Amino acid sequence: MASLKDLRTRISSVKATQKITKAMQMVAAAKLRRAQSAAEAARPYSERMGAVLANVAGGMKGGGPALLAGNGKDQVHLLVVCTAERGLCGAFNSSIVRLARERINALQAQGKTVKILCVGKKGWDQLRRQYSSQIIDLIDLRAVRQLAFTDADIIAKKIIALFEAGEFDVATLFFSRFRSVIAQIPTAQQLIPAQIEGGAATASAYEYEPGEDEILATLLPRNISVQVFRALLENAASEQGARMSSMDNATRNAGEMIKKQTIVYNRTRQAQITKELIEIISGAEAL
Amino acid sequence: MAAFHFELVSPEKLLFTGNVEAVGVPGSDGDFTVMKDHAPVMTTMRPGIVDVNESGSKSLRLFVRGGFADVSSKGLTILAEQAIPLDQLKAEDVAKEIKNAEEDLADASTEDARAKAQERLDQMRELRAALGV
Repeated sequence: MASLKDLRTRISSVKATQKITKAMQMVAAAKLRRAQSAAEAARPYSERMGAVLANVAGGMKGGGPALLAGNGKDQVHLLVVCTAERGLCGAFNSSIVRLARERINALQAQGKTVKILCVGKKGWDQLRRQYSSQIIDLIDLRAVRQLAFTDADIIAKKIIALFEAGEFDVATLFFSRFRSVIAQIPTAQQLIPAQIEGGAATASAYEYEPGEDEILATLLPRNISVQVFRALLENAASEQGARMSSMDNATRNAGEMIKKQTIVYNRTRQAQITKELIEIISGAEAL
Repeated sequence: MAAFHFELVSPEKLLFTGNVEAVGVPGSDGDFTVMKDHAPVMTTMRPGIVDVNESGSKSLRLFVRGGFADVSSKGLTILAEQAIPLDQLKAEDVAKEIKNAEEDLADASTEDARAKAQERLDQMRELRAALGV
């Protein structure tokens, strides 16, 4: 049986924890709003980009450049795993990692080579235990406060440079799509060869300035940057959403714990008072 | 004058959407103006000024840092790398861009990269002259 003092410290420590989780939940809620509006603001660009790309690619005769058509092989796969920099956000990081891990195992069972590029430290932490030899790099976005397009551009440039160096044949992006505060869907999206949304559009009689090839040559790397940017924004919103709901749960659990502990505390206190009273009375009777 | 649909988007946000009468676009092969029923064209843009003529006397001028312009039967869509309304563009920004371009030129190792950097620098200088800053 714990003493009254033990119970008191236990309750106050749970209260302190509750304060922290409550504060984290509120911070996450504020950040979520910002992340969500950033993700929404970026949506038109990526949608238009997809439409334009579909238009141009639809008019292409033959295979097109390697970024669009692939280099004809699919032996080496690059998985770009985007996760958060921080923990305490429920199953957010592990669900992305789980999806990536399933893909890695499936690919390896087929005898393919897998390389991993980690964006965000948490995914790297989880993946390196099992696949440390396959991780080629970790991109740390810890210093980034407001996600800007240039951050995504740097990652995309790195991916393209690896592709051009022949380091891999197929690239897939792993991130979490933001559906709502309680639902984030881990998603895998193929980056290279580019996937044209909505299939090949009807080729309209376009004129290209300078030339079709030159435009595709600038459009395709740009498209990869846009996809990465979108993934990062969706991820940021998902992370805050996941953190918000998990911290909400934690706060509620702490509240329940405090309630239970308080009951135990009161009972113990009452028992002690009764015991003391009995001692006094029986002492008086004995006289 | 007949109006057509125009959209200007940058990666961060949608800057303009609505019906306009004419838009001047700084194409990489030369400036052109898009009006209603323009033939479908897809072009890259150089850094320059997009001149949007809404209706009548209302007009809007924005600085864009390259990107793509897509003219289709549905209207004009500009995918800008970065777009800043001209009244918010500061002389320092332009000066910084020029400095960046100069550094790129100094760093360029291949003939191709050098030509590209030089082109960019020329475009930025031209822009500065046009703005008179």
